[in-house]
Amino acid sequence: MLSASALRYCHDRHRDPVIDSVSLRVKAGEIVGLTGDSGAGKSTLGRLLAGLLRPQAGRIELDGTPLPRHGLQPVQLLMQTPELAVNPRWRIERILHEAWTPDTTLLEALSIRRDWYSRFPHELSGGELQRVTVARALAPGVRYLIADEISSMLDALTQAELWHALLQVVASRRMGMLVISHDAALLSRVANRCYRLNAGQLDALA
Amino acid sequence: MMPSVTATLRFDNRRLRTLLIALATLLALGLVLTGSALLGEQATRPDFQARLLPPGIDHWFGTDTLGRDLFSRTIEGLSLSLWVGLLAAGLGTLVALVLAVISTLGRPFDAAVGLLVDMILGLPHLVLLILIAFALGGGTQAVIVAVALTHWPRLTRLLRAELLQIINADYVRLSYHFGKSHGFVLFHHVLPHLMPQCLVGFLLLFPHAILHEAALTFLGFGLTPGQPAIGVLLAESLRYLSAGHWWLGVFPGLGLLLTVLIFDRLGASMQALFTPREAQT
Repeated sequence: MLSASALRYCHDRHRDPVIDSVSLRVKAGEIVGLTGDSGAGKSTLGRLLAGLLRPQAGRIELDGTPLPRHGLQPVQLLMQTPELAVNPRWRIERILHEAWTPDTTLLEALSIRRDWYSRFPHELSGGELQRVTVARALAPGVRYLIADEISSMLDALTQAELWHALLQVVASRRMGMLVISHDAALLSRVANRCYRLNAGQLDALA
Repeated sequence: MMPSVTATLRFDNRRLRTLLIALATLLALGLVLTGSALLGEQATRPDFQARLLPPGIDHWFGTDTLGRDLFSRTIEGLSLSLWVGLLAAGLGTLVALVLAVISTLGRPFDAAVGLLVDMILGLPHLVLLILIAFALGGGTQAVIVAVALTHWPRLTRLLRAELLQIINADYVRLSYHFGKSHGFVLFHHVLPHLMPQCLVGFLLLFPHAILHEAALTFLGFGLTPGQPAIGVLLAESLRYLSAGHWWLGVFPGLGLLLTVLIFDRLGASMQALFTPREAQT
């Protein structure tokens, strides 16, 4: 279980915290939705949970132990803009293989084509590149995913395809997932339960 | 999809062209260096029966006041300047890179490097150059060290800014998140990103290095007057230009100009190779 207790984070010491005493639990095999207004701190919470930011107070634990300091992190973050999540000087093959070597079934499920391998990131569309970053993050040993608006810039069809493939992998590996999105329809489709982040506090949604 | 796209390594026209330019410039530089090795002895041999001859078949660039062949002297001077410039600019770039990496280690390091940069930038360039060259006793080595020690601050600032930007980039954070070591991140993400900046910085240092070598030499703190450096040749030519011996200044000057242009060209094409996005558009 991925659990966060009494998290607190402020970008600026003199301002109100973006995240204030937030507690959240995601069980293995569970998909939790997170919504909130722009600037409410959804992405900050996502980064905290993935260990990319350190909270100023509170603890993040995985099955009762803190997140590891070294090695492959069991909680991976999928970002809104895949262009920023890949090295622009690397070819797709190298990007895809940075964390592990994805197997063909996964590549087929995410419709990642072999002829992308020799290209640079700017030669792929946003949706194609997003699928590459998703495949990269699904290394064995990764048990929780934080999906931060990963499909907001995709068209409806590509969005459906991406979620279909991702949910299949997540279900088959019994991974836990936090889905951050503005899209209420999407959250109601994929998430088991939902939260709303408002003024630094989490409210459970029906 | 066309089958050719599936090839693992693609060379489109731009990449091929930049590679060819790089090879051609390296070849030209190699010619100067081997030329100087072949003509070296000729450059300092006086011939008093052939004093101040204009350019002709026997002496392509003419001869100077002691009857020495100006073509050999120009080639020899270019190769000397090249070595001094290469070493000084290379050392300067290395100093800049190391200091930039140090400045990203923490706040106190950053402040210390910043202070050092401001201090060196605040001093007049030539004064510092003369001081260092004088303290080291003059000669080729002193010039190289002096130029290397005075030319790093601007590049350090540039590289520091680039470094700060890249170590905070999402893909670098994610690379750590995938369990990659500091070494991996440094050699695969950070340094390849800094290469173009280093090369451009190096190429901007290069003409400076040559010019300051000439300046130091002119003032008597640099290379000895007996060495056929471009700076020495140009300084010597000043006295004869008004007497109509134009070739003494024109040919070494043109040689210096071409060398600098060749280096500029090399830098531009290398940069295009290192930044795929710019290289393909």
